[in-house]
Amino acid sequence: MSVINSHSNSGSDNGVLENEVSLIDLRRDLLRFAVLQLRNVENAEDVVQEALAAAVSTFDRFKHNASIKTWVFTILKNKIMDVFRDRWNKNRFDLVEATGDSSDFDILFKENDHWQKSEMPSAWGNPEQSFENKQFWLIFDICMNNMPEATSRVFSMRELLGLEVEEICKELAITTSNCWVILHRARMSLRLCLQQKWFEEER
Amino acid sequence: MISCKVATHLLSEQLDRTLTIKEKWVLKFHLFICTGCTNFKSNINFLRKACKHITHHDN
Repeated sequence: MSVINSHSNSGSDNGVLENEVSLIDLRRDLLRFAVLQLRNVENAEDVVQEALAAAVSTFDRFKHNASIKTWVFTILKNKIMDVFRDRWNKNRFDLVEATGDSSDFDILFKENDHWQKSEMPSAWGNPEQSFENKQFWLIFDICMNNMPEATSRVFSMRELLGLEVEEICKELAITTSNCWVILHRARMSLRLCLQQKWFEEER
Repeated sequence: MISCKVATHLLSEQLDRTLTIKEKWVLKFHLFICTGCTNFKSNINFLRKACKHITHHDN
């Protein structure tokens, strides 16, 4: 990884990996993204290493109209998908069952299936402001880890790797309605966790 | 009149598929009178934005 050691010349704008700092930041972001999904630091470090190596070796094919970060992330997303595929092939299980059961969020609702007064979702104001807050992202990671692994895997495929539901169903051999149910559980869980651990605390 | 529980399912599925015209109408009507589900809708739309932010921006 000789690029890591290349020092920036002030005023030079010869690309991406132009200085140590940005590469260190990039690696940190990639690692965080991988750990969030793979839930295993060693596996995450391996895929990030592979993604960076692939980026360096194919650098001449990099289209400069994309940002370097987006480009390396695309490579990393494919590597993460390979790990998911590999894990799934080695260890298949009842995915729907592993993501919980339909009564998991019943406690939020009254008998007539309308919100309990105390559980009614509140307005989060201008939540995008939280993006600038490092503490928010720590909570976000904690909430992702709160979900059963199977739930977070499907949610990651959809929202972090950007797959369509049809692709996820094909990869995991589940029906589309099962996929919707799992994604619903993921959103219920993540929303509730952020509500309790972040947005309520903020007030 | 659909329940809030059913509305949360439709609101989530709206992020993954196109709802039928009938589903859209019952949902629209429900949201018109239900603050909790209107907030739920904004909350889960924010989850998608947060996930996009992780890959597309520096943080």
